[in-house]
Amino acid sequence: MSIRIIKSGISDAFFDEGRFGYQHIGINPTGAMDNIAVKIVNALTLNHSNEAALEMHFPAATISFKKDALIALSGADFTATINHSIVPVNKPILVKQNAILQFKKPLRGARVYLGVQGGFKLSAWLESYSTNTMVNAGGYFGRRLKTGDEIHFKGDHSYPDLSTTNAVQIFPFQANINELYQQGSIRIVAGRHFKLLTTEAQQQLLQQAFTITGESNRMGYKLQSQPLALQQEQNIISSAVTKGTIQLLPNGQLIVLMADHQTTGGYPIIVHVITADVCTLAQYNQKDSIHFKLVSNKEAEEAFLSQHRHLLQLQNACNLRLNDFINTYNRP
Amino acid sequence: MTTGIDIYPLGDHAITLEFGNVINLPTNQKVVALFKHLQTNPFIGLVDLIPAYTTLTLVYDIAVINQHRAVHQTTYQWVEDLILRILQTNNLQYSFVGRTVKIPVCYHSSLAPDTEWLAHHHNLTVNEVIELHTSTTYHVYMLGFLPGFPYMATVPEKIATQRKSNPRKQVAAGSVGIAGNQTGIYPFDSPGGWQLIGQTPLKNFDVEKMDPALLLPGDAVTFYAISLDEFNLQKQA
Repeated sequence: MSIRIIKSGISDAFFDEGRFGYQHIGINPTGAMDNIAVKIVNALTLNHSNEAALEMHFPAATISFKKDALIALSGADFTATINHSIVPVNKPILVKQNAILQFKKPLRGARVYLGVQGGFKLSAWLESYSTNTMVNAGGYFGRRLKTGDEIHFKGDHSYPDLSTTNAVQIFPFQANINELYQQGSIRIVAGRHFKLLTTEAQQQLLQQAFTITGESNRMGYKLQSQPLALQQEQNIISSAVTKGTIQLLPNGQLIVLMADHQTTGGYPIIVHVITADVCTLAQYNQKDSIHFKLVSNKEAEEAFLSQHRHLLQLQNACNLRLNDFINTYNRP
Repeated sequence: MTTGIDIYPLGDHAITLEFGNVINLPTNQKVVALFKHLQTNPFIGLVDLIPAYTTLTLVYDIAVINQHRAVHQTTYQWVEDLILRILQTNNLQYSFVGRTVKIPVCYHSSLAPDTEWLAHHHNLTVNEVIELHTSTTYHVYMLGFLPGFPYMATVPEKIATQRKSNPRKQVAAGSVGIAGNQTGIYPFDSPGGWQLIGQTPLKNFDVEKMDPALLLPGDAVTFYAISLDEFNLQKQA
């Protein structure tokens, strides 16, 4: 049971939710950029919600399956095909032995996630499968995938014979993701140094559009706008930052810290993207523009809890609908 | 211990306690005392602790704490109340529980690209720079920037030096540097702007170890000089 990378993509690596409990020694959580997509593919393949998935950017890898497998794709839509037939995101898919998964054209989003039933056999580092490319640990030998890599599955599952003509069987139900991603403005809460902005800059922040620049990666998104001004320069002592923290750089531009952010920082902390909307932002591409909407911390918590409940519901629904099928055919 | 502490949210799932607004040893010792206490006595839903110069940040899981909070509370308020109770009921006096770590450094010119300039800049000889750097016991204020990178102070005033205006694209792992009155050790080959005055053969971050970082917040550190031969010997070991 394994997949083989026939041709590697621009940046393909394994991530779970992240590596927690080690930020005091400077180890950042890394983790998937879009943790919701990881939870969706895990629900659709009957995995534990924190099983590692393969995160791919466009151009993404071309992958062959050594044996039949139950898989799911979520996050970005890169026009996935299996043996040249288009397959959808957010649905469980049975693929046949020797099937080839390719991604033809980016339609929506920035990162696609591939999950397989049972999960991938990876090396854990400090209790997480997430790939830390800085220290080369976790995931698949601590690195991005290369052409020729073969990644085994943890479980051994068998599936019913598929018809000889079809390499895939797509299940007739789809995860409803509408409630999981934010439409419209990205919601933010005020940060420690919000009040250091001039009154005009505070208004600018909530009114103008911010464009995601080419200097954006897993560490952070640099944004472009009319520069924001501080009332006065302030000497800031380095302290902790988190995923979603938005700092003001000395040139008046903003940077949003993403999954591979450092654990501490010394730039003014203006606002934070709420946790519920970080995954929405993770699916934005360079040149996309965003607007911000200020909410209270209470609203931010409620948005996260509501998202959390939807994900649990999705997990339950998948268990219910898929288990019958799997139990019938799966012989351990 | 609660007086004079500024407590505020860091986004929607973390809380920061600020013990002062200048970098000094007593303030950082308070940070380390609470950090060690919570590390030994974690509460439910606590995900990460991030000590820094003057602050301790607690990252928590909203979904877990949601199961425990009262209806009228937010999860943030639940954590804040808990922290206030911990501060009130525990006499968190700083006691030195960190270790004293002695770190060998080779100050040979081939591993210390900035020493000569730094000595000249301060009207010192190279030997005086080395003597000054090895004469002090440093306190590890925090780790950050890179996994295992220790921010240590206080460098003697005579050799305190601003970081380079043009950072290097590549600094070798093990390099020991000075930035202002801080000294640090690069755990990996990485870009960096600190003034490089030597190199240690020790790994200050080892992926293979259960505790990968050589130094921890609150540790005391001294450096001692070794020869190039000794450096090469230890590097191979």
